[in-house]
Amino acid sequence: MATNLCIAVKWHARVRKYGAELQRCQLEATPVEQGDYHPLKPIIVTDSRSRRGGRKGSTSSSSSSSSSVAMDPLSSMMEGTDPLSLFAAASASELGRKQRENEDEVGADFEPWSAKRGEILSRFTTTEKLSINLFMGSEKNKASSPSSAVSEKVRTRLEELDDLEEGSQRELLNLSQQDYVKRIEELNQSLKEAWASDQKVKALKIVIQCSKLLSDTSVIQFYPSKFVLITDILDTFGRLVYERIWSMCSDPRPQPDSFSVEDVNDTAKETCLNWFFKIASIRELIPRLYVEAAILKCNRFLNKTGIQETLPRLTAMIRGIGDPLVAVYARAYLCRVGMEVAPHLKDSLNKNFFDLLASFRQIHSDTVQNQLVIQRVEIPVYLTLYSPAIHWILQCVAYRAPDDYINCAEIWVEFTCRHFTKREVNTVLADIIKHMTPDRAFEDAYPQLQSVMKKILTYFHNFSVLFSMEKFLPFMDMFQKDSVRVEVCKSIMEVFIKHQQEPTRDPVILNALLHVCKTMHDSVNALTVEDEKRSLALLINGFIRMVSFGRDFEQQLSFCVEARATFCNLETVIIQLIHTVNQLAMETKRVMGGNHSRKTAAFVRACAAYSFITIPSLTSIFSRLHLYLLSGQVALANQCLSQADAFLKAAVSILPEVPRTISVEGKQRSSEAFLLDFINSFLSTLLVVPDHPEQGVLYLVRGLLNMVQDYTWEDNSDAKVRVYISALPLLAAMSQENYLYTIPKVDSNETLYGGDPKFVAEISRLCETLIGQVLDHLKTLGREEGVRRQGSIAFALFSVLLAHGDLRNNKLNQLAVNLWNLSHKNGYCETRTSVRTLEHIKQQAQQPELSHLSDMLLRLSLQSRA
Amino acid sequence: MSVILDIRLKRANKVYHEAEVLAGVVVITSKEAVQHQGISLTMEGLVNLQLSSKSVGVFEAFYNSVKPIQLINSNIEVAKPGKVPGGKTEIPFEFPLQVKGNKVLYETYHGVFVNIQYTLRCDMRRPLLAKDLSKTCEFIHVLQPQKSKVQPSPVDFTISPETLQNVKERNSLPKFLVRGHLDATNCVITQPLTGELVVESSEVAIKSIELQLVRVETCGCAEGYARDATEIQNIQIAEGDVCHGLPIPIYMVFPRLFTCPTLETTNFNVEFEMNVVIVLHDDHLITENFPLKLCRV
Repeated sequence: MATNLCIAVKWHARVRKYGAELQRCQLEATPVEQGDYHPLKPIIVTDSRSRRGGRKGSTSSSSSSSSSVAMDPLSSMMEGTDPLSLFAAASASELGRKQRENEDEVGADFEPWSAKRGEILSRFTTTEKLSINLFMGSEKNKASSPSSAVSEKVRTRLEELDDLEEGSQRELLNLSQQDYVKRIEELNQSLKEAWASDQKVKALKIVIQCSKLLSDTSVIQFYPSKFVLITDILDTFGRLVYERIWSMCSDPRPQPDSFSVEDVNDTAKETCLNWFFKIASIRELIPRLYVEAAILKCNRFLNKTGIQETLPRLTAMIRGIGDPLVAVYARAYLCRVGMEVAPHLKDSLNKNFFDLLASFRQIHSDTVQNQLVIQRVEIPVYLTLYSPAIHWILQCVAYRAPDDYINCAEIWVEFTCRHFTKREVNTVLADIIKHMTPDRAFEDAYPQLQSVMKKILTYFHNFSVLFSMEKFLPFMDMFQKDSVRVEVCKSIMEVFIKHQQEPTRDPVILNALLHVCKTMHDSVNALTVEDEKRSLALLINGFIRMVSFGRDFEQQLSFCVEARATFCNLETVIIQLIHTVNQLAMETKRVMGGNHSRKTAAFVRACAAYSFITIPSLTSIFSRLHLYLLSGQVALANQCLSQADAFLKAAVSILPEVPRTISVEGKQRSSEAFLLDFINSFLSTLLVVPDHPEQGVLYLVRGLLNMVQDYTWEDNSDAKVRVYISALPLLAAMSQENYLYTIPKVDSNETLYGGDPKFVAEISRLCETLIGQVLDHLKTLGREEGVRRQGSIAFALFSVLLAHGDLRNNKLNQLAVNLWNLSHKNGYCETRTSVRTLEHIKQQAQQPELSHLSDMLLRLSLQSRA
Repeated sequence: MSVILDIRLKRANKVYHEAEVLAGVVVITSKEAVQHQGISLTMEGLVNLQLSSKSVGVFEAFYNSVKPIQLINSNIEVAKPGKVPGGKTEIPFEFPLQVKGNKVLYETYHGVFVNIQYTLRCDMRRPLLAKDLSKTCEFIHVLQPQKSKVQPSPVDFTISPETLQNVKERNSLPKFLVRGHLDATNCVITQPLTGELVVESSEVAIKSIELQLVRVETCGCAEGYARDATEIQNIQIAEGDVCHGLPIPIYMVFPRLFTCPTLETTNFNVEFEMNVVIVLHDDHLITENFPLKLCRV
């Protein structure tokens, strides 16, 4: 029977009436409007709510801090420029320089008290009359002397005497602010003089009396300035005591700041102890507190733990101060000396802050309210009196506390995100940046910073709001460790992809996300695993898909150009970009209703050019093949014939490069099935591709078949003949007068050749060659142990002949029968398929033009497996 | 031609335990050489008891003051009669604080009716026509810390109109409630008295809360004994209308010299008490008394 196959066949393609055929087997069609509905299109619920004003103007940021009181030229003159203060400042800075070397000291990043001082003095001023009441005697004799009893004249005389002898009492009334400042400065001077003349007790008394003034809150708006003036005196006292005790340490003098308790001799210790005993017996709370705080540093002479034991005790002691304003300034002072002496002791600073919170309700107590009424001070004004102290306490608490700080910030940011707008969140971010930048503190806080980011992303899904926060990108810049940075970028992109509902062209979002994606892309290196690359590419693709410039197609294309340059290392992204550009070309066509203007024609050609030069950069051969094909189809659809030709030619030309095996999901698999699939879809495209005018007939088909012939197929593979078999339906379709499908506005070969006999003959010749090749192959299979394959191929060819050949032709008819028999000869044929085929033929034969099939049917026997 | 005599103890705080040696120098400063008939040191410890005018009549108090009790009186020679050259001469000495017999050395204590004082006196006898020179300096005797541990003796207290005694018109009192605790009433003299106090509520604003340390001195005499309580010191722990519900620390350092371990002898007693004094804005004064027992461990 094999010999029968050797007959040279003459190909006659069956004439097809596609329209009639379609109608015959078609289900009842319901027209759908393509634009509106597509089964695969995701359901989109459009939220038509108008977006609330996310970009509210950031107004009202100015705090009520600015005092309306005009600056007093006199008081401003007093600010640290008088010789005494200058002297004090000079010695303080000298001291400071020595301390700089010590790690325990506060650094330049801590705004010093001296910087606040002047500001407070100029801000809290008064025109009311002030009084100073000094009583230098022992407590017991104190009697509330009615001041009115002493005449003005006598009082002046007393002032003239101006000495602070034991038991003397001075009450200075009706002082203007300038007078007050002057008097306090005089007291400072008296203190120094008393000290210099070895009148230690008198010095202590001056300090106690001055501290006592801080419990007096009359003329309350001046209190902050009073605090500044009097703590200056306390500072002087603290310094004098410290220096005195230090000077008692015998030679060799220990280092000013690094001495240990062992270096201090007994005399110095005893003197120091005496001071503490004396201060511990001060009757009144406020002077006892302030004076002990003033000499806090002296604890160093006694024992190592003195300061860290004293600070919490003094902190707790402040709870005994009933007036909240007096208490808050006492806390500020304690924090100040604490920071100067032992900035590492954070606990007391924190305790001060928490105690401040715990007792904050005191502000609303009757005592305070009554006082305000009497002094005619409004609550808002009263509250501003707290700000320097609270600000100072917070500065101390927050200083170099990155650990504590970031843990708190991590919590606070959620609160802020939940209840406030981007403006407040931005402020928190700015603060985090401010705290975490010095010494690269952020390096130790990545988990917390990531958590901050996570929280922001949980509450802010609107990316235009998110990126309009000034500090968002600077905040991102703190993630400097590559792995962390990429993690953060990924989390941003995940949220974006999840929540971005509409494509966007917002330049802020695009710039920012392009930056984010670039960061992810740039993290890819030779060691990056495939999974990681895939997940990154997925995120970047998600972004690219969400970019739309609407009708501004040019802009979209140039975005793709930029993206290509940016993401060149991620093949999946490049593929996405090519798809995007192809889609762009199709969208252009849709907008133009299929009629390109000169401008849009040029544009779609530019799109094609983009794809054409991008595809070769891909390493995956199948990606290249499919994209060439796809881009070719798109070019064709857009009437870019030469571009389409180039794409398809390129596809054909790289076919030989397809390796025999490819890696699929990490496993090496034969590429044959993939290649066959591709070739089949390529073939179906070729139907509509018109022949190139300068090339021969069926130039591309021939080219493809040549490549298939030359390709090194696997041994024992039928792939080549299967391609040949597949080519037959194409060729049959090409010989029809009206093609099964065409592309609007593109003339395919049907029009070019108009059913020219020479063309049809050419096709037939080609078919015959192909059939000859298949038959030859069948023969070789017969000789070997390939009978099963032989049967299968024979059946395949039979099916093609049945569907596409004109079986009225005897030879062809005979060949078909022979193939049937060959396929059934060895019983490998699937009976069910055979039965169904026979039924099909029977059915076909009922049509008048296919009646000849019934004759053939008689010759086809259904052989049993036996 | 003045001669200055001085005693300088080596120990800066001048605090000595029994059986320790007082070491130091006698310093003689003079422009010219000084002729003398011997320089000696005398160590003396005395308890002075004074009857208060409250217990007995003023005159009686003045005349009938109890005879001082001598605790220690010993003498050593520093230099034999001779001549001290001009300029500054330092003569070192070592003088043990050792009691004869089974007498007890009490701690130094400066009180009102009871005074326990230790002195070291240097005498320079000089020939005729020249005045004898003498210089006294006080040193402080402190008992050897006892080895035993102090039993913790915390005390909780509540002060309200209902808990008060000695109230004439309880109904006229404003309502208030103060709770607190002392960590101990058996106090180690070298450590501060500590505790906490919370103003839970108060109808009238609080003006001040103070800790008053009181000495209770008892002197035995022919007619019986006199017992007087006087203030040693008063420490304010709260000023103004303090925050309710927030614990305020109680903290008081026992002053040196003015306190000593609680003392009970046949002739006299020295005891201590502490009052928590709450002054209300309407000048009501509320006092809660806590007897203390001081010791040295």
